[in-house]
Amino acid sequence: MAIELSPQSVDVNPASSFLEVRDLRVHFPTEDGLVKSVDGVSFSLEKGKTLGIVGESGSGKSVTSLSLLGLHKGSRARVSGEVWLDGEELVGMTEAQMRALRGQKVSMIFQDPLSALHPFFTVGSQIAEAYRVHHKASKKEAHERAVEMLKRVGIPQPERRAKDYPHQFSGGMRQRAMIAMSLVCDPELLIADEPTTALDVTVQAQILDLIRDLQEEFGSAVIIITHDLGVVAEISDDILVMYGGRRIEYGSVHDVLKAPEHPYTWGLLQSMPHLGGDVSQRLNPIPGSPPSLINLPSGCAFNPRCAFKDQVADGRCLSERPELLPVLDSDKHIAACHLTGDAKAEIRSASARGTK
Amino acid sequence: MTRYLIRRLLSAFTVIAVVSLVTFLIFFALPSDPAVLACGKACTPDRIAAIHHSLGLDKNIFVQYADYVTGFFAGRTIGDGANAIHCAAPCLGISFHDDSNVWDTIWGRFPADLSLALGAAVVFMVVGVALGLAAAVRKGKLVDKFAVGLALFGISTPIYFSALVLQFFFVDKWQWLPAPNYTPITQDPAGWFQGLILPWAALVLGSMAYYTRLTRSTALDVMGEDYVRTARAKGLSRGKVILKHTLRSAITPIVTIFGMDFGALIGGSAIITETAFGIPGIGQLAVQSVLNVDLPVIMATSLFAATAVVLANVLVDVVYGIIDPRVRYA
Repeated sequence: MAIELSPQSVDVNPASSFLEVRDLRVHFPTEDGLVKSVDGVSFSLEKGKTLGIVGESGSGKSVTSLSLLGLHKGSRARVSGEVWLDGEELVGMTEAQMRALRGQKVSMIFQDPLSALHPFFTVGSQIAEAYRVHHKASKKEAHERAVEMLKRVGIPQPERRAKDYPHQFSGGMRQRAMIAMSLVCDPELLIADEPTTALDVTVQAQILDLIRDLQEEFGSAVIIITHDLGVVAEISDDILVMYGGRRIEYGSVHDVLKAPEHPYTWGLLQSMPHLGGDVSQRLNPIPGSPPSLINLPSGCAFNPRCAFKDQVADGRCLSERPELLPVLDSDKHIAACHLTGDAKAEIRSASARGTK
Repeated sequence: MTRYLIRRLLSAFTVIAVVSLVTFLIFFALPSDPAVLACGKACTPDRIAAIHHSLGLDKNIFVQYADYVTGFFAGRTIGDGANAIHCAAPCLGISFHDDSNVWDTIWGRFPADLSLALGAAVVFMVVGVALGLAAAVRKGKLVDKFAVGLALFGISTPIYFSALVLQFFFVDKWQWLPAPNYTPITQDPAGWFQGLILPWAALVLGSMAYYTRLTRSTALDVMGEDYVRTARAKGLSRGKVILKHTLRSAITPIVTIFGMDFGALIGGSAIITETAFGIPGIGQLAVQSVLNVDLPVIMATSLFAATAVVLANVLVDVVYGIIDPRVRYA
């Protein structure tokens, strides 16, 4: 597929991809000013494929995913751009039209299932409820379906556990229940918002395996939102790196992780511990903190935290916003950085020498 | 659950016992002497002493209290000689003022009291919560302003004023309703209902505000919870999201307040409404008994109020367990 290089050139034709997001903007008017949580994000995704959206807290990952469910409708958020899902445009839909898709065609696994599940209803009844919204089923049928889903996601004694409340489940079990709930209507697009953040590592791996198995079974498109590049590397086909509500790098996981083009992506990769690494070696965090979404830094939003801005002539990093440009040897890999290809190659090889 | 309930009932019983003792002690600290009141103008010290003796007031205060408690469980004979009156269990004593059996007096007033409290409580709970929920859903819109405004109006209008205004328009001017009074429901259900409409309205107007405001604020909090977002993400209708997922959580603090309010209402806190509309409830009885320095009735009304509040709170605890599964297993 073709990637829109400039967000202005949005065409009004339905997308050819299963999911195509074009120049999505979600802005929140507040007393302090306009918060541009998502500012011109575009991506596409086919069925059976997985997209990983990565970035720090406040980079607009979750807001992007909530707008795919139309959950900003009725709030003060201003949403513009286009979201094409299977030939239908979601941003312009009414709440009632959108409601018919929620849970059915698009569903979401929320982070922190303890707060995302209702504390006063049994797990089984919450799953059954999600089923009955979109299916004409008796309570008994829906309950049986809920038990079946709990069994599917690997919960032992599903008949008994369906009658338990969320607080009686362990963290990993709750996340499984959440997954069961989001899959109960066989969604074609599944969004997982940091599905493994609150879980310990062994459970993390189980949950990721589960999502992958279920994706293979149902052939759904999956968007996984995380700040853990390890998760993305393991499960995704494509990767979208967001910073300050914008995309700064986008491409296949293979391209982006093998030859990351943006200093921010480098920073994310360097701040990850390596299993084979030297224990005494300190992790390399990205200095500073995420930018204010009301007043993004001028030029490249990442410039205050970027170690390489001096290597760009005329201080362009501070004055000129870098465009998303295709990386030379790829048709899909794009990145927004003023550094030249040669400069990046040099920095990469220097850092490779440094760490070895 | 049963053990929990037994524990709660035992502690409720302790509270009631303490209230009875404290009321008893306070009575003896009162500056006026019932014997002087009973004796009239031409009174000799001898006669006062005789009355003291016949009322049992010459005994040690703790002996008197013990007599009182024994009387409640086993019955007792009050006074001696020709004046002796037998008071069967459960005995709450004989009124100093008119020699009537206090237990009978209380139970005689209970139906009117309960009718007033129950009718008003159901209406102000339901209407208050509904208004609060509507205000939360339409936050900042006209409905919100109307609900909050109505609540503010109700809370700042004294009942003795709203009672008169209601009576003036509905009874005197438009003649839509008969004069408010209490008719037992067993005698004439329609008359019972019509006679109580205005007293209920006055009480509702005064109490609803708390429910509206509390519901509004807790519902707004709950709407910000992740699990409400999950409910929307399932594709549930707005009505279901609000009436099922939001209300279920928002109702908990409202049940707490309701328990206390309802207990207090039964216990006689509707005294102004009772007086304004001439409803013979417990509140009026309590005030009269204090004016008459009538210990058995003061005791009985205090105990009744304490029991009502304590039992209402036990009931609230049980309802908690039904609403919130996390309480059940605690």
